[in-house]
Amino acid sequence: MHNIYLYILIMAAATYIIRMLPFTLFRKEIKNITFRSFLYYVPYVTLAVMTFPSILNATSSIWSGLAGFIVAIILAYHGGNLFKVSIGACIVVFLIEWII
Amino acid sequence: MQIDWFKKGLKDGIPIATGYLAVSFTLGIAAKKVGMSTFQATLMSFLNLTSAGEFAAIGLIGTGASYLEMAITQFIINIRYFLMSCALSQKLEKNLPFFHRLFLAFGITDEIFGLSVSVSGKLNPYYTYGMMTLAIPGWAFGTCLGVITGNTLSPRILSAFSVALYGMFLAVIVPPARKNKILAGIVIISMFMSGLFSKLPIIKNMSSGFQIIILTILIAGAAAVLFPIQEDDTLK
Repeated sequence: MHNIYLYILIMAAATYIIRMLPFTLFRKEIKNITFRSFLYYVPYVTLAVMTFPSILNATSSIWSGLAGFIVAIILAYHGGNLFKVSIGACIVVFLIEWII
Repeated sequence: MQIDWFKKGLKDGIPIATGYLAVSFTLGIAAKKVGMSTFQATLMSFLNLTSAGEFAAIGLIGTGASYLEMAITQFIINIRYFLMSCALSQKLEKNLPFFHRLFLAFGITDEIFGLSVSVSGKLNPYYTYGMMTLAIPGWAFGTCLGVITGNTLSPRILSAFSVALYGMFLAVIVPPARKNKILAGIVIISMFMSGLFSKLPIIKNMSSGFQIIILTILIAGAAAVLFPIQEDDTLK
């Protein structure tokens, strides 16, 4: 049986080191424009990849997941903040699953 | 100056904290299922601030995975934070004291990074601290609530809550993509490729963490070569 606290400490250390190294290592400005561009694009690609198609399989029906996905995009497109977009998607999933 | 930035951070931290509350609530429910106590789950969220990482960790704890597997999984899923920190390190004053760097590193999440990196000019760390001041307790408190109330909710409500995480991701990527056509194209291609990867033989059997890394390096790399950013873009 593994110790849950040890699990938590290990994951905390791993996630912190990942975030901390660049702040302490790369203290000089990165001049290479390709590398800077790569860094600029990374978060968008990662989050897009993590969202789709996972969102379709997150709920109990693929159709409610799809509806949540579309509504979240519409809300975000019209400038909804984090809370509105998240909760809006949840409400739509709830309604769709209530109907079908 | 510092207090103004801190206040602005608090203000921008409100929607982040409420969004986190909804997502970390589902995290608490999942944590309870694998037998974690309220304190353990809350501590995990307080120390980690990583949605995908924590969901994966809960799965690993449930199956009794090795400590090494836990470390490697966290490393892979959260490698994007390494890249985000690289990007944000470029926005810091060169002579910013070391302790600021250590504190800032703790709060690099997708959302806090997204707002921190988009301020014009250099980043005042107090702006990020303002967001962290609300977002971190929101994340931990939501997890706590999820453990306590999770099994009193109907399966239908739980199913609805499970999209909160993705709604949060979309809230980060869609607004900038609306203003920048290249970014919009990259987001669409990323989703398409990710859908493709989930269907292709052999590739679909790879862990999702590896798929994310491969797609990120491929697509962001190609975008960097094809569409290098202008100097006045975000990284300035």
